[in-house]
Amino acid sequence: MGVGIRTKDLRKIYTSPPPMAAAGAAFGGGFKKRSKLPKAEIVALNGVSLEVAPGEIFGLLGPNGAGKSTTVGILTTRVRPTSGEALIGSFDVWREQVSAKRLIGVVQQRPNLDFALTAREILMFHGAYFGMSSADRHRRSSELLDQFQLTPRADDLTRGFSGGMMQRLSVARALMHDPQVLFLDEPSTGLDPQTRLLLWGIIREYNQLGKTILITTHNMEEADELCHRVAIIDHGQVIALGTPAELKTSIPGGYVLQLRFSASSDGLIDRLKQLPGVTEVRQNGAGTDVYADRGGPLIPAIVAAAADSGAELHDVHISEPSLENLFLHHTGRSLRQ
Amino acid sequence: MNWKTFFALFARDVHVARRNAITMIIQTMLQPLMFVFIFGQVLIRSGMMASSYKGMLLPGIIAIAMTMTGVQAVAMPVLAEFQFTREIEDRLLSPIRTEWVAIEKILAGMLQALISGAVVALPARFLLGSDLGLSTDHLGLVCLIAVMVALFSSAGGLTLGCSVGQTQIGLMFSVVLAPMLMFGCTYYPWSALSSFPILQKLVLLNPLVYASEGLRGTLAPRYPHISTTIVIAVLALIDIGLVAAGLNRFQRKAVT
Repeated sequence: MGVGIRTKDLRKIYTSPPPMAAAGAAFGGGFKKRSKLPKAEIVALNGVSLEVAPGEIFGLLGPNGAGKSTTVGILTTRVRPTSGEALIGSFDVWREQVSAKRLIGVVQQRPNLDFALTAREILMFHGAYFGMSSADRHRRSSELLDQFQLTPRADDLTRGFSGGMMQRLSVARALMHDPQVLFLDEPSTGLDPQTRLLLWGIIREYNQLGKTILITTHNMEEADELCHRVAIIDHGQVIALGTPAELKTSIPGGYVLQLRFSASSDGLIDRLKQLPGVTEVRQNGAGTDVYADRGGPLIPAIVAAAADSGAELHDVHISEPSLENLFLHHTGRSLRQ
Repeated sequence: MNWKTFFALFARDVHVARRNAITMIIQTMLQPLMFVFIFGQVLIRSGMMASSYKGMLLPGIIAIAMTMTGVQAVAMPVLAEFQFTREIEDRLLSPIRTEWVAIEKILAGMLQALISGAVVALPARFLLGSDLGLSTDHLGLVCLIAVMVALFSSAGGLTLGCSVGQTQIGLMFSVVLAPMLMFGCTYYPWSALSSFPILQKLVLLNPLVYASEGLRGTLAPRYPHISTTIVIAVLALIDIGLVAAGLNRFQRKAVT
């Protein structure tokens, strides 16, 4: 029986920099200094409610700073929610931390391997933390080292590992105690395409055992390929939720034509709106975004419309229906911005 | 309480300490042993110091070794694990309450402090020669004080390690640890400060004073020392204070 994830109206407001922030704590705590300054509040999550079904691969898609890692932080007991509820199975992650921690495996955004240990020892100790027997730990660590193609370096300290090897070992470690729910925070950042495919294969395989998987990513392709459902998150709020296919068809038209004209006028915008297949036209900074049910075939008509308004078409970028367009549609920004 | 996880965390720290044993021993022993050589041999043989100074010096040297080892054995890894490598995250995610991860760190640091005290005592005793006039009458009290010293150094290390930013490690040594050593009544008894009354009161804030004076009062009671009862009472307060501070700082670091 799989284990699901549920959050209800989750909010997180940081009043001090997260402890993992590079700046670190002030010397001696800096209590007095801090109390005199007004506390800067950063709203990281602003009422996130999600329901991830047991056995689902669920994606949190959003740009950097959208609140993805904070959501994962709360669900993995590392961030205290300001308000709201977060549950792994039936356990409240804040009030029943130990029970929740038993059910989860976590791959953090940045490798956090134990540099004082070898690859095999990392897996062995991790298993021991979760109370696995010595025989189980030996068997499982050898299996995972094999599966992740790390056996030749199994008995080396991890300090000299490449980024890809560290990432693979981080995933292996998270799987070591066979968690019911696996969290992967930006798992393919910095991986070469081959390792990424290996990782995706392993994630799918693990999911087929009935395990629940929550992935955060700003990589559209990853969300599209892997996830059963995706929540698009921005400024700490869920702005769209559904299967990748549903989400893609929810954008008016599906295609986005990002245009740049030598000059823009209201007359031109009106003409564009009247072109066949165009559902929406938006002024976006220096350019104009046209949402339509077709891409290339619309160009001659656009050029003509521009000429009629005394403008010239300088630049065109056509994107096919994608989660990227969906994000652009909801926020007016590209995911990579 | 999940003892399996707790012992696994402890086993990990013991394993890593064993792997780094040689560097650790050199790091903690070299300085005290050089002091033993200069103060206990060079200055005494050249007649610049009375030979009775040797017995006075040994408890102080043990106190230094224990305190520095305890502080460094916890502060340095905690600093690195929270900031550079974040490797502590795996242990924070193990199925145990966060404060137990901190308690485990304190225990592992205590063990290293106690070993370091014992390991420094032997060569120091050898370097100083036989006529030290040490007493073995209060071994029980020696052990009690040693454990209390190990606890405050290790819990102090946790507090420091969780309070100092990575850019301030040098500052931690020069502003916290170096004055602690110099004004820790390690190379002289507390009563020797009587001609500096203000300083004599101020150094009472330094936990190392009670470590040195406590070990002196039990190992070499013929030298002047602060009353052992007072030492034990103050050490108990320091222990409680630093354990509470250490756990609090750790919790703040571990959970945002």
